[in-house]
Amino acid sequence: MSDDLKNTTMGQDFEAARENWQDAYEQHLPNDKSRYNRSGIEIKPLYTPEDWSPDEYMPDLGFPGDAPFTRGIYPTMHRGRSWTQRQLIGLSTPDDYNARMRRIVDSGATALSMIPCNSVYRGYDIDEVDIEILGTCGTTINTIEDMETCLAGVPIGDMSVALNDPSPFTLLAFLLGVANRRDIPWTRISGTSNQSDYISHYVANHMFFRLALGGARRVFVDHVQFANERLPRWNPVSVVGQHMQQSGATPAQAMAFTLASAIQYAEDCQARGLDVDTFLPRFTFFFDISISFFEEIAKFRAGRRIWARLAKERLGAEDPRAWRFKFHAQTSGVDLTRQQPLNNIARTTAQAIAGILGGLQSMHTDAYDEVLSTPTEAAAKIAIQTQNILREEAGLTDVIDPLGGSYYVEALTDQMEEKILEAFDEIDAAGGMFEAVAKGLVQEKLGESSMEFQNRVESGEQTIVGVNAYQDDEPIPVRPLERPEREAMEKQIAKLKSFKTERSNADVERALAAMARACGDESQNVFELLVKAAEAGATHGEMCACLRQELGFGQPLIAA
Amino acid sequence: MNSIEAAQTSDIPTAVARLSRPPKVMVTKIGLDGHDRGSRLVASFLRDAGMEVIYTGPWQQVETVVNQAAQEDVDCIGVSSLATDHLLVPKLMRALAEAGLEDVIVIVGGIVPDNEEQMLKEAGVSRVFHPGCSRNDIVDGIAELIVERRKKLGE
Repeated sequence: MSDDLKNTTMGQDFEAARENWQDAYEQHLPNDKSRYNRSGIEIKPLYTPEDWSPDEYMPDLGFPGDAPFTRGIYPTMHRGRSWTQRQLIGLSTPDDYNARMRRIVDSGATALSMIPCNSVYRGYDIDEVDIEILGTCGTTINTIEDMETCLAGVPIGDMSVALNDPSPFTLLAFLLGVANRRDIPWTRISGTSNQSDYISHYVANHMFFRLALGGARRVFVDHVQFANERLPRWNPVSVVGQHMQQSGATPAQAMAFTLASAIQYAEDCQARGLDVDTFLPRFTFFFDISISFFEEIAKFRAGRRIWARLAKERLGAEDPRAWRFKFHAQTSGVDLTRQQPLNNIARTTAQAIAGILGGLQSMHTDAYDEVLSTPTEAAAKIAIQTQNILREEAGLTDVIDPLGGSYYVEALTDQMEEKILEAFDEIDAAGGMFEAVAKGLVQEKLGESSMEFQNRVESGEQTIVGVNAYQDDEPIPVRPLERPEREAMEKQIAKLKSFKTERSNADVERALAAMARACGDESQNVFELLVKAAEAGATHGEMCACLRQELGFGQPLIAA
Repeated sequence: MNSIEAAQTSDIPTAVARLSRPPKVMVTKIGLDGHDRGSRLVASFLRDAGMEVIYTGPWQQVETVVNQAAQEDVDCIGVSSLATDHLLVPKLMRALAEAGLEDVIVIVGGIVPDNEEQMLKEAGVSRVFHPGCSRNDIVDGIAELIVERRKKLGE
């Protein structure tokens, strides 16, 4: 205890009272076991001014909208502007996507998201892969024409567009092509390249489009530079901690690795000569929210504080907008169970509250049936209404950072900060995130953490309701799932074929050749030429094949 | 419970220990999805339980899996699927049959809707493991199938 506190009258009362409590606690709970959160921090039964003193208010917290942003990045936070509800949408064919999207636009939505089929993530066109799995997880978008179909009747100049568009950003290229066709200036196109974080894809494999690490690095910086110069309302960078945590990282590790990736990207852009105060305010982040409630809240609060310092001190950003840690978060699918699946609504609710109290800017709540299949429309609706209930019935937006000043939350925020910095420094010592990932260091840590968590579940130390505790014999609901009709996919493949016969092959070849040359010429921007190729009629698969040829094929590190 | 403790609570490990050579399992992901946390965990479980494991990583072609299964003489192929890649398993089963590998056990683990589990069973898949299965369920389930297979092969 600090001497200041001891020397006051309150301090003497405090000490005696604390001892009293300690004795009573031990008497009532003689066999109390140590508890740890997922990041390995020991959680005490009680927190008091000994753990966090309001004297630390100014250096630790300050006010919302001001550095270090512990209490939030905007002065008004959710009271002024609610988080954006951004549910992911990906449906089999561009026509199906458009039908759903138009319904959403008609109901007043101002944001749209686009999830492409797994074949797109792998860098292939639909005529290059097995038809059985086409369009089961997202929309098959291969050409500028497909994008035109997806967005028919959708006012793209007035929408915020979130593209799940891993490097080399072909969806953005198609979108810009469609904007040109409609005479919408690119300066009006706003949104985010949601999956631009090639490092997280390499580590976690989920959306890795199989370009060698070095090549992905080149295209990434080209795309940021292009956005800086031509797309003032576009966020080219979303650094994704979600993949890391879904792949096994603890919350502290996920935050540390994400910050390390962001530093890597920013320093790569600086090495290119880009101005930090121009590109950094456009950086956004994307995290997982697990059900470890207070730990997640502390993770976000600590992350904001660390980022403000890194942006200012390490990257030298002077524009306060660059210090703001803007993030989207998704409730964690890993915590959901197949057993008694309706329980997942309760889990998602708890996760969402943690995200809101953690100060997020945008949220996706998982549908309760995600562990059974790709979500149904009915379940997706409950997920959205959960957000509406929390926002408008539960009063969660009335007070900014309502947990600020809680002895526990502040002490935990400090401890999470230490844990995060410890993992961050280890990556730095290994030469930064690019090197650490190329060597497999991060993958190894993820593997260890995921095994450790599984062991806690197997031993019963970590309860999972309905799985290792409170089980019952309630049968798991049988729910036949509709898959895209084979006929619809065959039609889509036929469309691609006729698209290829109708375009000017000479133009496409010229555009691809120009892009290939740019790969070997550092003074050119590969992404700019990719946009031209997309407009000339090159398909997604053709552009990816060209880049794989020129910049190298990517193989993840295989270790298990 | 660690794997050694687990081993003491079941008689399957005894049967496995009596086999002339350790069980050999290929853990793989076919198709286009890369979510590999589950497959990596399962590979470790099986290895810790004394099995020989060939871990391929994601995005394998059906043909590659069949060739490797033949070369390595595996008892079992475990296919992990999160994002609908199990829809390719019937194709894998046909390719195995064409290569004369009908006796290789195929199991699937991951997110598989019930009606599609039925479809997989009809295609010849021995078992489907869903989320929430414990380490013991998986290790014992696979060991049991392999002991049975070896018996049939007269080993």
